[in-house]
Amino acid sequence: MRLEAKNVSFRYDRRQPWVLENTNLSIESGERLALFAPSGYGKTTLAMLLAGYLEPTRGEVLLDGKNLPKKGVCPVQLIYQHPEKAINPRWRLKKVLEESGEMREEVLDAFGIERAWLDRFPRELSGGELQRFCVARALMSGADFLICDEISTMLDVITQAQIWNVVLDEAKNRNMGIIAVTHNKHLANRIADRVYDLSKQEYL
Amino acid sequence: MKKLNRRTKVLLLTILMTVILIAFYAFAVLIPESAVASSFLNAKLPPSWEHPFGTDALGRDLLMRTFKGMAVSMTVGIVASGISAVLAVFIGIAAATGSKRVDAVISWIIDLVMGIPHTVLIILISFALGRGLKGLLVGVAATHWCSLARLIRGEVLQLRSQQYVAVSRRLGKSSGWILVHHLLPHLVPQFFVGLVLMFPHAILHEASISFLGYGLPPEQPAIGIILAESMKYISAGMWWPAVFPGLTLVLIVLLVDRLGDNLRMVIDPYNAQE
Amino acid sequence: MKQKNETLLEIHDLSVSFRMYDGGLEQKELQVISDLHLTVRPGEIVAVAGSSGSGKSLLASAILGILPSNATVRGHLHYKGQQLTPEIQSRLRGREIALVPQSVAFLDPLMKVGKQVDGHKKPYPTEKRRGLFKRFALPEKTESLYPFQLSGGMARRVLVSTALISDAELIIADEPTPGMSLDQALEALQMFREMADAGKAVILITHDIDLAFEFADRVAVFYAGTTVETAPAADFRKGADALRHPYSKALWRALPQNGFQPIDGFQPYAGELPKGCLFAPRCPHATEECRCQIPPIRETGDGEVRCFHAS
Repeated sequence: MRLEAKNVSFRYDRRQPWVLENTNLSIESGERLALFAPSGYGKTTLAMLLAGYLEPTRGEVLLDGKNLPKKGVCPVQLIYQHPEKAINPRWRLKKVLEESGEMREEVLDAFGIERAWLDRFPRELSGGELQRFCVARALMSGADFLICDEISTMLDVITQAQIWNVVLDEAKNRNMGIIAVTHNKHLANRIADRVYDLSKQEYL
Repeated sequence: MKKLNRRTKVLLLTILMTVILIAFYAFAVLIPESAVASSFLNAKLPPSWEHPFGTDALGRDLLMRTFKGMAVSMTVGIVASGISAVLAVFIGIAAATGSKRVDAVISWIIDLVMGIPHTVLIILISFALGRGLKGLLVGVAATHWCSLARLIRGEVLQLRSQQYVAVSRRLGKSSGWILVHHLLPHLVPQFFVGLVLMFPHAILHEASISFLGYGLPPEQPAIGIILAESMKYISAGMWWPAVFPGLTLVLIVLLVDRLGDNLRMVIDPYNAQE
Repeated sequence: MKQKNETLLEIHDLSVSFRMYDGGLEQKELQVISDLHLTVRPGEIVAVAGSSGSGKSLLASAILGILPSNATVRGHLHYKGQQLTPEIQSRLRGREIALVPQSVAFLDPLMKVGKQVDGHKKPYPTEKRRGLFKRFALPEKTESLYPFQLSGGMARRVLVSTALISDAELIIADEPTPGMSLDQALEALQMFREMADAGKAVILITHDIDLAFEFADRVAVFYAGTTVETAPAADFRKGADALRHPYSKALWRALPQNGFQPIDGFQPYAGELPKGCLFAPRCPHATEECRCQIPPIRETGDGEVRCFHAS
C-alpha cells in the first residue's frame, strides 16, 4: 500500500494565508517516516490532511491511488498530541477502546494497561496512561497507516520509550506504515528510516 | 458529629427543597372541593387561627384556595416547561447539526421570539387558540425554549469540534451514533437544569396572564385568578386576599429557582472541590 | 560559574495534600507531594525533572504560596533561613521570588505588554524595561502591543522580562520550553544561564531533560511527588553509570539518543502509593527492605539520593 500527498496546498479560508503549499510526500506500507520542522510549518495540518480530518484546498491525498474513504473505518489513523482532548471525558476507558471495534488483549498487555483502568474515567488517569489508550485504540482499528502528531511531546522519556517501542513492534508485525511528526531530532532518528524536513521540503 | 462538607450540604438542601415542593403539590391536589366551598356567613373575614389567610368575598377559605390555585399553576408550569425544554433540545441540536441555512433560520426565530415581550406573545397565542388551558399551555411552551435552545446549540457546536468526535468519525461511526453516545450524555445535565430554571418563569407568566384575564377561566381558580379577584376589594381595605396568595407564589417561585441553582452546583464538576 | 555555599532556598520533608471528593460525597486527603527535598544556592540553575504527576509544578505553587485553598502544606520551606509563611510569601511574591509562567495565557489580554511588565512598582521602571527588551532583541514597539499580537518567541521573552524586572533573587521557570523550536529553547535557556551567572538562583522545571542537562548546574529528579536524586548536571552528561538512583538511570537510558530502553510499569497514583520506597515496584534491585520502608535521603559524593542500595 502507498499513502501519498500530491501537490497538497491548504488554507482555512480564501482570506487566510496558505498553511501548506505544494507539499509532496509518499510512504509505503512498512515504512517509517519522521516529519521534522519548527513550529509554524504546518506539521499538524499535514498530519490532519493525511488522515482525512481535513480536505486539501488544492492537490490530493491518495491511498493506493484512490481518495481516502469518507465512510467507514479509515485505514489511516491519527493520534494527537494531547490525549485528554481525544477522549470523551464522560466515558469509561473500556468504552474508549471498544469504540474502535475488537478488544485485543495482547495490545493491552503490550502497553501495560492495567485491567482496573478500564472501569475508570479519563480524569483519574495521567496523560501518559491516556496516551496508551489513544494509541491502543488506533492500533485496534486495524489501521494500515498511523500518523503520530507529537504523541510523546507531553510525556516523560520512559513513557515515551514504552509507547514507541510497542508501536514500532506492531508496525513491524503488521507491515504498517508510520508517519511521526516531531520536533525532537534524536527521536526522529531513532524511530524513522527517513526524516523529512518540512521547512526545507527535503529529506535529511 | 462529623462536619458536613459542602457538596453534602448542597445535596441535602436540594433534596429537602424537592420534598417540600412535592409535598406542597400533593397536599394541594388532595384538598377536597368542600374545603373551598363558599359560605356567606364567613365572607370577608380577616386572617385568624381558623382561617390563617382569611376568607374572600364569597366566604371561601383563602389558605385552601391558595393551595389549590398554586397546584393549578404548578401543573401548567410543569407541563409547559417540560414541553418547552424538549422543544429546546430538538431545536438546539437541529441548529447546531443542520446546514448553515437551518442554523440561520433557527437563530433568526430565536431572536424574534426573544425580541417580543413574552407576556404580549403569550396573550396573542392564548387568544388565537381560544384562551383556556390549551391556549395558555401552548403560549407558555412556545415562548420559553429560546435561551435553553441557544445554550444547547452552543454546547453541541462546541462538542462537535472536539477531537474525540473527529476521532469517532474516522473510526467509522455514523452521525446518529455520535449524537447518542458522544453528545447526548453531555446534554442531559444541561437539560435538567434548564428545565428546572424554566419552571419559575412559566409559573410567573401563567399567573400574570391569568391575572390579566387572558389565561385560565374563573372556573379554574389558578393563583392569577385569585389575585385578579382580590384587586376588586383591595380599595375597600381587604388586603389579605392579595398579600397571602401573592407571597405564596413568590415563595414557591424562589424555592424552585434556588433548587435549579443548587442542581447546577451539584452537577457542575468545576464547582466540586473546596 | 560561581558557587557560594549559603543556600537561598531550602526545602525538606515537604508534603502537600489535597482534600478531594472521592466519587460521591466522601472526601479524602490525597497526598501529592511527600518528603520532598530541594536546596537552591545563589548563582546556580537547579533543574527539576520528572514526569507529569511527579509534583513539579505543584512545587512552584507551594514556594510561591499560590496553592488552591483545599491544599495543606507541611514541612520546612526556608528562604534565606526564614520559614516561609503565607504572609512572607505574599510579600516576596513578584519581588524577591518571581515566576516565569508557562504561557501567554498568564498575561492580561486587555493590557499593553509594556505596562504589564512594569507591574505595580512606582515609579514605573520604564527605562529598565526598555533596556531589558533591547537585550532580548524585542523591537521598541513591543511595549505598546497586546499579548495576542506577540509571536510565540516574543511572548516567551516578554514573560522572562516580567521575572527579570523585579530584581528577584529566585526565579522559578515552569516548563519554559515546550512548543519552542530547538533554537528558541536554547536561546531561552541561555537567558536563564546569564541570570544565574549574574548571581540569581533559577529553578528550571522541565521535562525536556536532555536540555536541562546542558544548562543546569544540578538536576533534581522527582518521582511520584518526592525527590529521588539530586546530582550535578555533569553526572547526567556522563551517563547512567555516574548516576545514583535506579530511576535516574532509567530516565537516562530511555532517552532516544541513549538506547530508548524503557522500564516496565507506571508511576503510582497519589492515594495508591506503595508502602515503602515509591520506586520499589518498578525497581530491578528492590529488596524486602525497600518494600516495607521508605529510604531516607542521604548524601553520596556531591549529590543526594533516596535509595538503600545506591552507592
